[in-house]
Amino acid sequence: MQPFTTLSGPAMPMIEDDINTDQIAPLQLAKGLSPDWGQLLFKRQRMNADGTDNDHVLNKPQYRKPAILVANENFGCGSSRESAVWCLTGVGIRCVIARSIADIFRENCLLNGLLPIELSGDAMDRLQALVSQTDGAQPFSVDLPAQIVCAPNGETFSFEISTSDKTRLIEGLDEVGLTMKHENEIVAFEEKIRGSMPWMQEARDRRL
Amino acid sequence: MGQQGRTLFDKIWDQHLVGRRSDGRELIYIDRHVLHDLHAPHAFGKLAQAGRKVRRPDLTFSMQDHSVSVQPGRNDDTYAEGAAFVRAMREGSAKNGVRVFDLGDPDQGISHVVAPELGLVLPGATHAVPDSHACTVGGLGALAFGCGTTELEHILATQVVTLFRPKRLRVNLLGSLGADVAGKDVALAVIAKLGVAGGRGFAIEFAGPVARALPVEGRLTLCNLTIEMGSRSGFVAPDDAVFNWIKDRPFAPDGAQWDQALAYWRTLFTDADSVFDKELDVDCSHLAPQITWGTEPSQVIGIDGRVPDPSTLEADKRTPIERAISYMGLEPGAPIEGLPVGRVFIGSCTNSRLPDLEIAAHIVKGRKVAPGVTAWAVPGSSQVKRDAEARGLDRIFKDAGFMWGESGCSMCAGTNGDMGAAGERVLSTTNRNFENRQGRGVRTHLVGPALAAAAAVTGRITDVRKL
Repeated sequence: MQPFTTLSGPAMPMIEDDINTDQIAPLQLAKGLSPDWGQLLFKRQRMNADGTDNDHVLNKPQYRKPAILVANENFGCGSSRESAVWCLTGVGIRCVIARSIADIFRENCLLNGLLPIELSGDAMDRLQALVSQTDGAQPFSVDLPAQIVCAPNGETFSFEISTSDKTRLIEGLDEVGLTMKHENEIVAFEEKIRGSMPWMQEARDRRL
Repeated sequence: MGQQGRTLFDKIWDQHLVGRRSDGRELIYIDRHVLHDLHAPHAFGKLAQAGRKVRRPDLTFSMQDHSVSVQPGRNDDTYAEGAAFVRAMREGSAKNGVRVFDLGDPDQGISHVVAPELGLVLPGATHAVPDSHACTVGGLGALAFGCGTTELEHILATQVVTLFRPKRLRVNLLGSLGADVAGKDVALAVIAKLGVAGGRGFAIEFAGPVARALPVEGRLTLCNLTIEMGSRSGFVAPDDAVFNWIKDRPFAPDGAQWDQALAYWRTLFTDADSVFDKELDVDCSHLAPQITWGTEPSQVIGIDGRVPDPSTLEADKRTPIERAISYMGLEPGAPIEGLPVGRVFIGSCTNSRLPDLEIAAHIVKGRKVAPGVTAWAVPGSSQVKRDAEARGLDRIFKDAGFMWGESGCSMCAGTNGDMGAAGERVLSTTNRNFENRQGRGVRTHLVGPALAAAAAVTGRITDVRKL
C-alpha cells in the first residue's frame, strides 16, 4: 500500500450529505474488469445525457488533478464497492474530509492509502468556507504525522485519528502480513472450535 | 453476582475473537465466506500477485449473481459485458479450490438468498461477503460483515477480519403488524426514524414483538436493510422459528452435531440486564405499507401519505428535499398514490424469497399487467424459482404479462445491464433508491412485494389494501 505522510494540492468542494458509492463509482458504466477508474469517478453526475461534460465541479479545469475532496455528512454510504476509493485515487484524491464517513467506505480508504478525515462543528464550517472560496486556486495541505490540515492562508485545522490507523497509513503496512503475525492464534482458535463446535469448522454438503 | 449481562452481539463477537493486533484492531474469525462475481475476480488477482493462497477454501463459496443475465435461457454471454466477470470468477474459484455455484447449478442464486437457504450460514456464526447486504443473514442470528475487495483478499488469506468493536444499538419493534404490512415496511419505517446514518458505528439488534413475530424470510428482509441505516451488521436473536427453518438444510449440522449446535444456539440471546449504547423504539401498530418518495432510503412515507412540501421546512433543510422532489418528478405536498408507473421489479436480496413471490402472486392472480407497464419477477435463487414453479406462481406471473426470470441481482444495481429508462417511474422491491442507481434518470420507489404487485396491475402507485 502506498504510504501517506503529507499531501498538497487542490481541495475540491462537494458540500453535500450522503454522497453514496453508486454516485462515486457508477459501475454500470464501467467496461470490463479493469476500467480506467479515474474516468469513472462521478461519471453519471458530470455528464449530460448526450455524453458531454456538464458544470460538475470535477469538470472545472482547476480540479483536473484534485488532491482533497471536502464533503459533508455520511460520505461514502451505500454499496461496499471498493472501486469508489479506486475512482478517487484514480484522479489523485488521497484525502477525504467530511463531517462523517460511512463505516465500510472508511475501512476501504485506510486499505488504499487514502486518508479519511472527520471534522465537525465550527472548524468544519470554516474549512468548507475556505475550500469553497479558494475554489482550487491555491493548494491545501495535509500533514498526517502532525494531524493538521492547512489552508492556503495559513489557517490550520487539527483532526483526530486512531494511532493504529495513523501508523498503518504512514508506514503503508501490509495488512495480511500484520495479521499473519498472529497465525499461531488463528490455528489455535480453529483447533479449539473443531473440538467445541465442530459444525462451525466444517461446511459439508450432506447431499454429496 | 454483580456482573452485567451481555448483549447477543458481544456473545457472538467474543466467541469469534482470535486475538488483538498490535495496532489495537481485533481479529474476528469468519466461519463462512461467500464471494460474488463483481468483486471476487479482483481479489483472486491480487492474491495471486502477492503469491498467497486461500487459507480455508472449504469455508469459502463463490456465487455468480451480480453480472449474470436473468433472461430465460441465459448463458455466460447473454449479457456480454458480464461474461468476463463470470469467467474470471469461475477460473479464480477453480484455481483456489473454492466451490462455485455457477450458472446452471441448481443452487445458483443471489448470495444472500442462497447462503441461508443452503444452511451455509448458521445462528451465532460469522459471515463475510464483499457486498454491503451481507447483513441480510442476520435474520438467522448470524453476525455478518459486508466488506470491500482488500478486506475480501485479507479474509481469503487469513480467515479473519480486523475491526474495532462497534457500539451496540437495539431497535425495539413494538406493537403488531396489520394486513399487507411485512418485513420491508418495518425496515423502511425504521430507516425513516433512524436516518441513513443513524446506525453508523453500531451493530444493530432488532428486538421486540414485531421482530419475534416476523417469519424467517421477513427477518432476512429486515436485516437486509441494516446497511441503509448506516450500519454494517444487524440481526435478530435466533429462536425456534429459525432452528426449524434451518433443520435439514444441505449444509446444516445433523445427528449429534445438530443437538450440540441447537444447545449452543439456545444461548444466543441478549441477557435481560444488558446495556446498549443506544436504543430506539419503533411502534409498528398502525404502520401502513411503506414507500420511498425520494432518492435515499430514509425518505419514506405510508402509501396513504403525501410528498413533503419543502416550503414548510426550515430553510437549511430544503435543498436536498427540493432536489429529490425534482429528480423524482413529484409535486410537493401531493399524495403519492395514483402516480403512473412505467416499470415494476420484484426481486433482489431484499424481497425475492418464496413468501415474497407468494404475496405478489396472490395480488397478480387473475389480473393483467397494466398497459404500458414492464413487469419482472426475478426469483432470488434457482431453488426459489423451482419452489415457486412447483406452486404454479410462474404461471400466474406469466399469464398476467410478467417476465419470469432466472435468478440474479438484476435491476437492483443494474450491474448486469438491467436498467430502466430515463425518467421512468419504477416500483422496486430492492434496497436503494439513489439517483441513477437503476439507470440514468430512473425514478425508483422502494416498496414491498404487495405494493409492487398492486402497481403492476393498476399501472399506478396503489394502496394495495384497497384492491
